[in-house]
Amino acid sequence: MSEVETFRAPIIARASDRSPSSQILKSNWEGAGGVAGWLSSVDHKEIGKRYLVTAFLFLIIGGLEAAVMRAQLAQPNEHLLTPEQYNQLFTMHGVTMIFLYALPVLSGFSNYLWPLLLGSRDMAFPRLNALSYWVFLFAGIFLYVSFPLGKAPDDGWFNYVPYASRAYNPGPNIDVYALGMVLLGISTTVGSINFIVTLLRMRAPGMSINRVPILIWGTLTASVGNLFAVPAVSLAFFMLWMDRQFGTHFFDVSAGGQPLLWQHLFWMFGHPWVYAIVLPAMGIVSDGLPTFCRRPLVGYTPVALATVATMALGFGVWVHHMFATGLPVIAMSYFSAASMIIVIPSSVAVFSWVATIWTGRPVFTSAFLFFVGFVILFVIGGVSGFMTAAVPVDLQLTHTYFVVAHLHYVIIGINVFPVVGGIFYWFPKITGRLMNEALGKWSFWVMFIGFNVGFFPMHILGIAGMPRRIYTYPEYLGWGPLNLIVTLGSYLFAIGVLLFFLNVFVSLKRGKRAGDNPWDAASLEWSTSSPPPVYNFAVIPTVASRYPLWEGRLNQSDDDRSSMQEGFLLDKGRETMGTTSLDAEPDVILKMPPDAYSPLVLALALAVLFIGALLHSWWLLGASLVVILLASTSWLWPQRSLSQIET
Amino acid sequence: MVELGVSRTVLPVGSKAHHASGWWGMLTVIATEATLFAYLLFSYFYIASHAIGAWPPYGMPKLSLAIPCTMLLVAGSFTMWWGERGIDRDNPVRLMIGLVVSAVLGLVFIALEGLEWAGEPFHLTSDAYSSLYFTVTGFHLVHVAVGLLLLMVLFVWTALGYFDAQRHSAVSIGVLYWHFITIVWLAVFFTFYIAPRLG
Repeated sequence: MSEVETFRAPIIARASDRSPSSQILKSNWEGAGGVAGWLSSVDHKEIGKRYLVTAFLFLIIGGLEAAVMRAQLAQPNEHLLTPEQYNQLFTMHGVTMIFLYALPVLSGFSNYLWPLLLGSRDMAFPRLNALSYWVFLFAGIFLYVSFPLGKAPDDGWFNYVPYASRAYNPGPNIDVYALGMVLLGISTTVGSINFIVTLLRMRAPGMSINRVPILIWGTLTASVGNLFAVPAVSLAFFMLWMDRQFGTHFFDVSAGGQPLLWQHLFWMFGHPWVYAIVLPAMGIVSDGLPTFCRRPLVGYTPVALATVATMALGFGVWVHHMFATGLPVIAMSYFSAASMIIVIPSSVAVFSWVATIWTGRPVFTSAFLFFVGFVILFVIGGVSGFMTAAVPVDLQLTHTYFVVAHLHYVIIGINVFPVVGGIFYWFPKITGRLMNEALGKWSFWVMFIGFNVGFFPMHILGIAGMPRRIYTYPEYLGWGPLNLIVTLGSYLFAIGVLLFFLNVFVSLKRGKRAGDNPWDAASLEWSTSSPPPVYNFAVIPTVASRYPLWEGRLNQSDDDRSSMQEGFLLDKGRETMGTTSLDAEPDVILKMPPDAYSPLVLALALAVLFIGALLHSWWLLGASLVVILLASTSWLWPQRSLSQIET
Repeated sequence: MVELGVSRTVLPVGSKAHHASGWWGMLTVIATEATLFAYLLFSYFYIASHAIGAWPPYGMPKLSLAIPCTMLLVAGSFTMWWGERGIDRDNPVRLMIGLVVSAVLGLVFIALEGLEWAGEPFHLTSDAYSSLYFTVTGFHLVHVAVGLLLLMVLFVWTALGYFDAQRHSAVSIGVLYWHFITIVWLAVFFTFYIAPRLG
């Protein structure tokens, strides 16, 4: 095809994966295969799987760090670890879980699922998607470079100055953290941009904004939040690095700087981030739970609005992390009230899940158990959060194990439980095989009991005055017995997680064949094969309701039905449908890029740039800048095949 | 496969003006970059509001170079707008003139800014104000430099005859970024040069 088209009236066809047209689609979309294909792939399904696997590897690393810390704390006066080692372990545990597991694992789900949920053939920017993964991987490795040297970041994940300043922390520890976080921020930002533009542009015709699954709302909200939050932390870390390496004075009070500026910038980012790592997970539950309750979600619109409202409010509550810093009472009162208001959208979601279960006919699968477990843990974590939102209570409890208990209920409860449930739910779509249900239920009960035995007593320890981040404690304080229970419970929890991983490995090889829609679920991803073909859909589906695969039984009138077998064929190269932002009317035929090495090259060059900065190796930094410029220019070069040039 | 017919609506194919995904992508880039500058200026005002003694510590910042700088960037936005209108009318030469003139104005901006840097009585490491001054204007200078590179690349692409009235979304996207750089400068200019005079 030498002629570049400007306009086309696309063909509408009836086709399935077995149609001859699908052979053409397959050859259009399939990559090179082998190592070359692996390194250059821009397929959102590949990238999604890589995100999931990498995030789970970081979960294991972070879990091992926690296991060592719990061994140290199991009894009073233990000396398994030195204080310096303990500082690095709790810092890297937090950094790993919060930055390298919690959001990336959700990006994995969203990257894999978004185009399938939306009825599209890829994300808006497939190469940017690959870049976001590679940069995440390299940033994760970067953050661990100094770990084997015993010089890992050691000031906790929120890294307060002045302890993080050079005078008190002269090694490379904090520089690695600062630069690694700026690098990771690039990955998060480009990933978020991709989700936002995908939502605005890539939905199947008819999937108006009020018909998208709640997971889409969750990830969209998280991405918009990240767009506005990540610059705060990238800037804070950059300024800290400048203070440490070039003698600027942003946080140096002796030259007019302000240490509290660090805390403001960090928590202006940090609190929205907390919602970024839970809202998509809540979306997983809002989409998965109704499938197992055999009914639509109760209150779709309130839940979607609550998702957005939570994030909007989340930008106005950061000071509740700083109640003990001596701010004016009037400011603290405002932020305390704002924090308490978040209970409202959270409760909307909780009551909607409870009502869905209550009025549904629950099927007690492993996924269902994990989703219900999540609701229970969310309520407990929410109550402890509400408690610490009150200034006087917070002044008593801040920096104690009560906060550790709260944040683990929130992050494990609202992130890990939905994620594991989500794997049980979508594993058959991703691999074509079901996971083992008996083993799944065992892993749920072991994880659920282990988690509560391990983490609930931390509330009591906190009220009893045990501070967080102490590497050991004397016997006469009486914290020993509860700490032993915490250690044993958390080990039981870890065994439950291991059972889950075991299930994944066994089911990959021996799981029952799933078929297209093993759960009889309602959304578009279940209308295509398991695993989905490389082009996702033989024709672009047309959507007429929130539950396209349940329309027959939801009394939808016959002339207003979604259509999965008939639709736009779009088989002239890699193509998919671009639609309008709100109503999803067909708007443009999008030409999608071929596989490319430029994302990998660009990511490598970025990683080298940051290594150069870390080592003060300016020629390395300059050389990588040149590569970055060349790779970006070649990436952006207008292509006739993408209809970016006509002449 | 059964072909059922042809759509009644005729759709544009590929990157066309605001149909291009890149246009939307650039809007999100601008959103996040604008936020970055908002946090930079927040840091300035935060430190200013806690300052002990005179602020700014070296007296009112001189306007003798800052005002010409501002005019250069604003003029550069207008020349770029004029050039972009050229390609709308299938006139790549007018676009190329617009790109060159805007790039030259940008280059002079960088030179004047460098002159101002060289003339300051303080250094990056003097105190919190000087750190803020060089970092914030430095962030903006880097953006101008990136903008210049964009204009250069667009010039090459225009010279290669890639663009016409129908297809030039790369131009629209690049120009959008160029305008953003101007608008950010206005915010930086107001913060450093005007705001202290209002107090």
